[in-house]
Amino acid sequence: MPEQPYEPERAIAGTGMGGTMDLGASEAVTLDRTPGGPAGPGPADRPRSLWSDAWRDLRRNPVFLVSGLIIVFLVFISLWPSAITSGSPFTCDLAKAQDGAQPGHPFGYDGQGCDVYTRTVYGARTSVTVGLCATLGVALTGSVLGGLAGWFGGPWDSVLSRITDVFFAIPVVLGGLVLLSVVTTNTVWPVVGFMVLLGWPQISRIARGSVITVKQNDYVQAARALGASDARILLRHIAPNAVAPVIVVATIALGTYISLEATLSYLGVGLKPPSISWGIDISAASPYLRNAPHALLWPSGALAVTVLAFIMLGDAVRDALDPKLR
Amino acid sequence: MAAGVEPILEVCGLVKHYPLTRGVLIRKQVGAVKAVDGVDFSLGKGETLGIVGESGCGKSTVAKLLVRLERPTAGAVKYKGEDITVLSGRARKEVSRNIQMVFQDPYTSLNPRMTVGDIIGEPFEIHPGAAPKGDRRRRVRELLDVVGLNPEYINRYPHQFSGGQRQRIGIARGLALRPEVIVADEPVSALDVSVQAQVINLLDRLQSEFDLSYVFIAHDLSVVRHISDRVAVMYLGRIVETGRDTEIYDHPTHPYTQALLSAVPVPDPGARERRERIILTGDVPSPTNVPSGCRFRTRCWKAQERCAREVPLLAVPEAFRGTSGPAAHASACHFAEEAAPVPGKGSGPGRHGAPDPAPEKGNGPG
Repeated sequence: MPEQPYEPERAIAGTGMGGTMDLGASEAVTLDRTPGGPAGPGPADRPRSLWSDAWRDLRRNPVFLVSGLIIVFLVFISLWPSAITSGSPFTCDLAKAQDGAQPGHPFGYDGQGCDVYTRTVYGARTSVTVGLCATLGVALTGSVLGGLAGWFGGPWDSVLSRITDVFFAIPVVLGGLVLLSVVTTNTVWPVVGFMVLLGWPQISRIARGSVITVKQNDYVQAARALGASDARILLRHIAPNAVAPVIVVATIALGTYISLEATLSYLGVGLKPPSISWGIDISAASPYLRNAPHALLWPSGALAVTVLAFIMLGDAVRDALDPKLR
Repeated sequence: MAAGVEPILEVCGLVKHYPLTRGVLIRKQVGAVKAVDGVDFSLGKGETLGIVGESGCGKSTVAKLLVRLERPTAGAVKYKGEDITVLSGRARKEVSRNIQMVFQDPYTSLNPRMTVGDIIGEPFEIHPGAAPKGDRRRRVRELLDVVGLNPEYINRYPHQFSGGQRQRIGIARGLALRPEVIVADEPVSALDVSVQAQVINLLDRLQSEFDLSYVFIAHDLSVVRHISDRVAVMYLGRIVETGRDTEIYDHPTHPYTQALLSAVPVPDPGARERRERIILTGDVPSPTNVPSGCRFRTRCWKAQERCAREVPLLAVPEAFRGTSGPAAHASACHFAEEAAPVPGKGSGPGRHGAPDPAPEKGNGPG
């Protein structure tokens, strides 16, 4: 009834609530408040949502700020490594092999006499690309497939669960050796693809379980009783409530993918020199651990800080998306 | 609140069977849970129909069938004469504007990640025709006001409210589209007794304000009595007795209703000693394997051979057919007879009214 305003009911409502006069007054107050209100931005002026509240919360969270800064910095040096380095990662001098820190070369030299600082900065691009892309791919594929299996249930769920079982049965290292040994291009994409292929079942299982738990809640039934479409229920009710475990597992997995890239490179099926990655440098430095620990320490440290930053970011985002923790 | 002339909601032969299957690849139906097995009732405009029964008798399934959360196996739910169970798409959505539900558990019926404004405003987003976009926030504030919550709470999250307040939010959501029928599935059973009274009174007040019709489902007989004009007693997927509240509460003729009423606590110790409690033996039979004939015969002290052969119809029993007294209401029993649940006292109305959890009608919520 668009042409019929709400006022008559309000008037009746007033008789039960302590008089129409009061309600009229409260309405006037409401109108007064809209342009600005006496107390600045009043609590009820602007419509708020989960995402805007989460963002407000995150901006004041030191954990988020620190991890966000680290990640922004990592992305920056991945895009423009030359901004903070002057040398080339390929200028190596065997005479300086395994030397320690020197002026202008704060991280020292590795086994081939290359500057560790330059190589660590240049290695960020590969490692961050592999970590981010593999995690995004795994999280998207896994949560969409797992979420749909959990949502639709029945035969879809059975088929998908058996497929995830099959993928779980593939050993990662052996699978990598077999699948990646046939790849000839020396880019990160086959590695990323391999990680998505073997990684999605993990997220898919978590997303499936999470969606099954959430869809039993009465608010899903309530939305359905209101006539909400499946898409609306999935996006507004299921997804925000089912996403927390996916975020946690995905951010932890991000570190695993960066290390897995290192493992695969070490086995010779990942990236091959002259590509630069932390994984390659870590594996190259491990034989000289006693003589030149710094060559191992710096790329591993960078890897650890990166992984930690992403895990902290994931935790902060998960907490911000849970209104109960505010 | 007299019963309206024109029924707004009519339920005819409603059946819901959940199939039991066996087998992994080739699924074979080996039986069915007969949750609802032939339910008929009608609801007049502005009327409240209370449905009572113990756990597992199919009350909640009836509620879900009414708001189309489940598809019936057979039977029809007619809203203003139109069968809504066969509708789909746009027509179904249109009907959902007029029949809304209030849920039992206020802790799971509100999305914890939505603000109260979003929860109550969602009906307007699903039905954009119900309110123009710029007007929705104002409507949500009004709804909060109507259910007795501070409109300033619009940006809060459900976990910041108590159980009773949450149930008010759920009621506001149900009211948003200005429905004509509200199906309340045990709306107060998860709340404290004092809060129950407030919520019941709120529902009572809203009924007269918005001219609502209620289907009020509960297992608490006193709560149902307080709010209902008519009462239907369910047992194992069927209505066994139905009538006006005084007819059911003061003149029950079905043995099951009599047993239920005898279990209601009596606040007066004297009356409590004098009354005869009917203790039913055995458990409710499994809804997968319903007894032949009368469903209640396995636990009934009056059961005879006829009860196993003939299904008793829900009609005014022969013994009372000629009379016009309060016992002359529909009761599905071959041997229906009036038995005062509390013997030794006259049968005046309200005598063995159960402890009334709610204060006087008409009091505003606290």
